Amino acid sequence: MAEEIKQEAPKKFKVTIDNISIEVPPGTTILNAARMIGGDIVPPTMCYYTPLKESGGKCRTCLVEVSKGSDKDPRPMPKLVASCRTTVMDGMEVKNITSERALHARQGVVEFLLINHPLDCPICDQAGECDLQDLSYGHGEEGSRLDFPKRTFTKHDLGPYIQLHMTRCIMCYRCVFAADQLTEKREHGVLDRGYHSEIATYIEKALTNDFIGNVIDVCPVGALTDKTFRFKNRVWFTRPEDAHRDCDKCCGKVTLWKRGDEVLRVTARKDQWNEVQTYEDGTVGWICNECRFEKKNTSDWIIEGPTKVSRHSVKSVNHYINMLKPKETIPEVMGRNPKLLLDIHSVSEVNDPSIHLSKINGPATSKTFNKLIENKE
Amino acid sequence: MGVKLLLEKAHVEGIRTYEVYRREGGYRAAEKALKTMSPDDVVEEVKKSGLRGRGGAGFPTGLKWSFLAKPEGIPRHLVCNADESEPGTFKDRYLMEYIPHLLIEGLIISSYALGSNNTYIYIRGEYAWIVDILEQAIQEAKNNGWLGKNILSTGFDCEIYVQRGAGAYICGEETALLESLEGKRGNPRIKPPFPAVQGLWNRPTVVNNVETLSAVVPIINITGEEYAKIGVGRSTGTKLISACGNINKPGVYEIDMTISVEEFIYSDEWCGGIKNGKRLKACIPGGSSVPILPANLLLKTAKGETRYMNYESLNDGGFVSGSMMGSGGFIVLDEDQCIVKHTATLAHFYRHESCGQCSPCREGTSWMDKIFQRLESGKGKMSDIDLLWHIQFNIDGNTICPLGDAAAWPVAAAIRHFRDEFEWHITHAEEAQKRNYGLAHYADPLPIVQ
Ligand SMILES: Cc1cc2nc3c(=O)[nH]c(=O)nc-3n(C[C@H](O)[C@H](O)[C@H](O)COP(=O)(O)O)c2cc1C
Ligand code: SF4
Ligand code: SF4
Ligand code: FES
Repeated sequence: MAEEIKQEAPKKFKVTIDNISIEVPPGTTILNAARMIGGDIVPPTMCYYTPLKESGGKCRTCLVEVSKGSDKDPRPMPKLVASCRTTVMDGMEVKNITSERALHARQGVVEFLLINHPLDCPICDQAGECDLQDLSYGHGEEGSRLDFPKRTFTKHDLGPYIQLHMTRCIMCYRCVFAADQLTEKREHGVLDRGYHSEIATYIEKALTNDFIGNVIDVCPVGALTDKTFRFKNRVWFTRPEDAHRDCDKCCGKVTLWKRGDEVLRVTARKDQWNEVQTYEDGTVGWICNECRFEKKNTSDWIIEGPTKVSRHSVKSVNHYINMLKPKETIPEVMGRNPKLLLDIHSVSEVNDPSIHLSKINGPATSKTFNKLIENKE
Repeated sequence: MGVKLLLEKAHVEGIRTYEVYRREGGYRAAEKALKTMSPDDVVEEVKKSGLRGRGGAGFPTGLKWSFLAKPEGIPRHLVCNADESEPGTFKDRYLMEYIPHLLIEGLIISSYALGSNNTYIYIRGEYAWIVDILEQAIQEAKNNGWLGKNILSTGFDCEIYVQRGAGAYICGEETALLESLEGKRGNPRIKPPFPAVQGLWNRPTVVNNVETLSAVVPIINITGEEYAKIGVGRSTGTKLISACGNINKPGVYEIDMTISVEEFIYSDEWCGGIKNGKRLKACIPGGSSVPILPANLLLKTAKGETRYMNYESLNDGGFVSGSMMGSGGFIVLDEDQCIVKHTATLAHFYRHESCGQCSPCREGTSWMDKIFQRLESGKGKMSDIDLLWHIQFNIDGNTICPLGDAAAWPVAAAIRHFRDEFEWHITHAEEAQKRNYGLAHYADPLPIVQ
């Protein structure tokens, strides 16, 4: 019987996502099938990370509805499934943006991820390249229904390279997998349970392993940031350039984030999904601490040219050059005072210690703007 | 007096010892299985018996066993789930404490059926004294040739190990249990792969509840067919119920699933009625995770039919007007109990026990807990009720493991059936601090609402 199935099994499985069909090799996840199709139907991800084994399944932002299990067993799956960890079956039909249920659940997940998030984007180094900003902008609701003080943590120092802001962490476990898979001995992890779980080293300890800097690149939010870049600049003012050097520890292929001739930050190269690149020969472009933290001179690098940035337009090269400052003020356009996300340059309430973070309005979302457009029309 | 298969001998003097257990007919089933049956015969017998998992989900055990992958050259494992931490459930404790050899015998037979040479009992950390009882029983079984190498000269080897948990409810979820058993953080795994394919140390594994595995002994003794005749429909055999709350006779009872809920609560053979002559207000029939039911829906289904103590009948009406058999933790609340406070306690429990892996459960359980604390302290707002409803809705079904659902269901059921009590709590905040709402009109067992 088993042999029979093996013989009959087609080399490719046909899967239909939001009415678009594609043939993919068996073993492909729904998410990756969707990424092959591309466009709006790709579920957002916060914890899945292609180069990290075992990642995914945790954040629940990528939930989709399987309306038909397969040709053999066409029954729909009763629960929404995490597309990043569910493999396709031949004839499977999936609904992502065409499923009210999935969209509603996703909205719920975004709310859960944001209720305890400090929303301190104006002072966060990740702002502008943060997956959580994109997610909340695309899928969140305006305002917050949480009227309790937000969760706080005791601060932990992770040493000279890595800055930890636990309040921003979304518990995606990516940094834990990265440390497990890239270093010989993981020295940090998740302590405690549930609501109180946190990323820490247990006994105050510096993270100094040669490859530990990669946790900064995998962190989807501003929980782990580069101390050598801290408060140096906003990412959208820096210019990314691909560069390489001969390194005996890593691939040496990086992205330099420059302002003028000054190298402010070095990161691994990322692909369109904001994940560290996997090159054609199958190697992953992780970089070592030396390349990341110590090589901050243009002369250390052979520059290849400007990095192509497509997905995160705010970072695209020259985005802010020759731009005219709008004549209208934000209140004039919006009909109300700016919300946090737009408030970056003014003295924001976030910096005022007498105002509790939970009292500050949440970031503006697409709804805010849609409403605005509607009102205008 | 109903049929008793598990606890029949539990009170025989000295039954904890091997000698007495053996004299009372113990290890006959093991002998029969190992000497006269093939492993597949045993699986077949369990299938015929219709035995369903007693750990909570009620999944048919024989079917589960037949899913176990059997790749060449890779060891398989049986793991006994003795983590029993569900509030209101204490039947496994009773069984292991009073008649430990029954579990050991069940484990030997089941290990034989599944081909597990190394079998583990993962036991709740707080059950420290039971660990000693089990280890003693294992040692006695070993001394008498029921464990070890080449048991009864059949060529079958088997060892049983007891592993203590560290007091986490989540480690009762089977994949979290396996992680913990491997020495890792007790986070539930993302499924698939299921344990039957990749379980303990990535080997095919079956995880079963203490009571499930103990029930294999009578099944082999009386045959699966006879076992299936006990009970009703797909609720075959006997079930242990741990009854607690405002009843006259709390304790662990073995029932044959044909008695009505009313009989179970009011008959002197079982719970012996509500304590202090009070009236029944509500009940959680299957452990803290299942929906609470008001008295009228507990004793009779929405259709007005008598509700029985079995899987199907307790589930009649789905979650709208029914509940679940769950793990058999029967919690009875009398007219003096406050549903809001009661649900608040549960919400706090689930917040505390969430492993924190997935966002809806980690954030949702703590949010609900905070809202309940506010309701309890008299500062609740009317909008809190709807907010609770939305939060539980956004958790339900969207998490990695069923703990998220288990946290959502009690809140959903409490609001569904006792909404006016929640409202009263908010509108009469001061009074609610001093007295409780009493019987809601629809929670009154007499007369039954249409
Ligand atoms: C949060 C959680 C806690 C659980 N705790 C227990 C437990 O303490 N004992 C148990 O037997 N099953 C428990 N279960 C159910 C197990 O995951 C599993 O379904 C059961 O052990 C299977 O055994 P059965 O088929 O014999 O019922 C729990 C499930 C969840 C989600
Ligand atoms: S610190 Fe960042 S990478 Fe690590 S778990 Fe938190 S959000 Fe994820
Ligand atoms: S549902 Fe809760 S307990 Fe289960 S994996 Fe998710 S966070 Fe952990
Ligand atoms: S990306 Fe799939 S669950 Fe997080």
